[in-house]
Amino acid sequence: MQPAIDLRHIDVTFHNKNKTVHAVQDVSLEVEPGDIYGIVGYSGAGKSTLVRVINMLQKPTSGQVIVNGHNMETLKAKELRAARRKIGMIFQHFNLMNERTIAANVAFPLQDGPLSKQERHEKVAKLLELVELSDKANSYPSQLSGGQKQRVAIARALANDPEILISDEATSALDPKTTLSILKLLQSLNQRLGLTVVLITHEMDAVKEVCNKVAVMENGRIIERGSLLELFSHPKEKLTRDFIETSTQINQALPKILAQDNIKHLQPGQVLVKLAYQGANTDEPLISGLYQHYEVAANILYGNIEILQQTPIGHLVVVLSGTPDHLDDALENLRTDQVTVEILKQPEEAHD
Amino acid sequence: MMTEIARLMPNVVSNWSEVVQSTGETIYMTIVSGIFAGIIGLILGIALVITQDGGILANKPVYQVLDKIVNLFRSIPFIILLAVIGPFTRLVVGTTIGTTGVLVPLIVGCAPFYARQVQNALLDVAPGIIEAAESVGAGPWSLIFRVYLREGAPDLVRVSVVTIISLIGLTTMAGVVGGGGLGNLAVSVGYQRFENDITLFSTLLILIMVFLVQGIGDWIVKKISH
Repeated sequence: MQPAIDLRHIDVTFHNKNKTVHAVQDVSLEVEPGDIYGIVGYSGAGKSTLVRVINMLQKPTSGQVIVNGHNMETLKAKELRAARRKIGMIFQHFNLMNERTIAANVAFPLQDGPLSKQERHEKVAKLLELVELSDKANSYPSQLSGGQKQRVAIARALANDPEILISDEATSALDPKTTLSILKLLQSLNQRLGLTVVLITHEMDAVKEVCNKVAVMENGRIIERGSLLELFSHPKEKLTRDFIETSTQINQALPKILAQDNIKHLQPGQVLVKLAYQGANTDEPLISGLYQHYEVAANILYGNIEILQQTPIGHLVVVLSGTPDHLDDALENLRTDQVTVEILKQPEEAHD
Repeated sequence: MMTEIARLMPNVVSNWSEVVQSTGETIYMTIVSGIFAGIIGLILGIALVITQDGGILANKPVYQVLDKIVNLFRSIPFIILLAVIGPFTRLVVGTTIGTTGVLVPLIVGCAPFYARQVQNALLDVAPGIIEAAESVGAGPWSLIFRVYLREGAPDLVRVSVVTIISLIGLTTMAGVVGGGGLGNLAVSVGYQRFENDITLFSTLLILIMVFLVQGIGDWIVKKISH
């Protein structure tokens, strides 16, 4: 199948006074139709610049941009405008027109189109219904909450029935509950309309909620990518692990665990490990299995289990205790069971 | 009532037809030059916004030229401008004196001022709003008329008020080239003939005009902003 978005070797370089900034460096990205593709990174990583290349709000310095089979760079101004109508975009600060009513904001993209006034009116009503804001048609943006404004922005972005929706930090200015409702709306649009979504964010939580694929960006490059499950259960890069651990809150828990007296002074035969596992092996009685088969006792200090795309993903911090041989066997067996084992701390004597 | 005024301002009453004529001249100069300066300034202001670096039709040479022209004409004191562009004035309206002769300098003096004000007003439209409109396929005309001018409307009214008030101020110098107006009345009649009541009354009329413009402007702004 032809990708909805095909970015090939994209470079974006900015020249300020005496400084040259490589915002995006040799990024290639394929987004399949129907994907909800998350791009995660800290601010300044180049995510926004990269997605602006998709609809040519940002011209790439080099590389090819192919969207819905069109090479975006070769389009003439008028063709580019037509292509842009098929790529909706929503923004962190909503960017609604303050002097227009909600209905007029949603109608804006339709003004140059072929629809009659009556058809436009009906289309706007339908779009507002879709985002559950029919009662706000005659209000002005200043009268709406952040979440409602973003819904209006989504309705506007969908006005020309785009196949792709780009979300540029669209939930970053919203509270957690509103964030969730906006993400759920994007997900349902994806499912109902077959909309391809590219979602950029600095919050792994947002990605975890709705994305099926993820790319992690740092310093203008994609450093890791894959399916959400793959990335979450077997992250390779440190930054990816950072994002995941922030999201599972292991990051916050670890210092507290390490500060506990019995962890500070581990007994011989004890080891502090972090276990990450996914899917099928979650069903195995992991912890009791360790004891039954290897006589290794596990003391759970911290646990986080969540369900991503119907697949459970678990992160545990445990102290295992048993004889050295048994411990080795147990760890070996865990690894063959596709559990990622990271040894956090061993008794000091063990280093002799 | 009238006798009361006649007692307080005897010269105003005895020169009443001159007062009426001068008021008419000031209004005429303000309206005619305001319309032309408004149109020219608006076009220049829009041109400055769209051609500047990062604008929707960024064009450095064009921007540089416009920017310099605006700066140049804003820097010339009006009373000197009246004299210095004389030949150009004669070319356009056929005369350099009288109320008509002062229209051209008023427009030339006021348009760049208004252009700069328009530019600042339009630059206050959030870049994100422009970007959002671009992202749904809006072209340059649509961006100018449906986004910039529409979103910037309250600010445009505000800067127009400022400009009209400053224009009323400029018309008071028209007397130098025989253009008449309330400024001329206040100085060459009231001041130079020691008829102080006329000076005072002219000032009063100008103040009324200024307050009226400000009041109407504020009312419109309130009406159109959301």
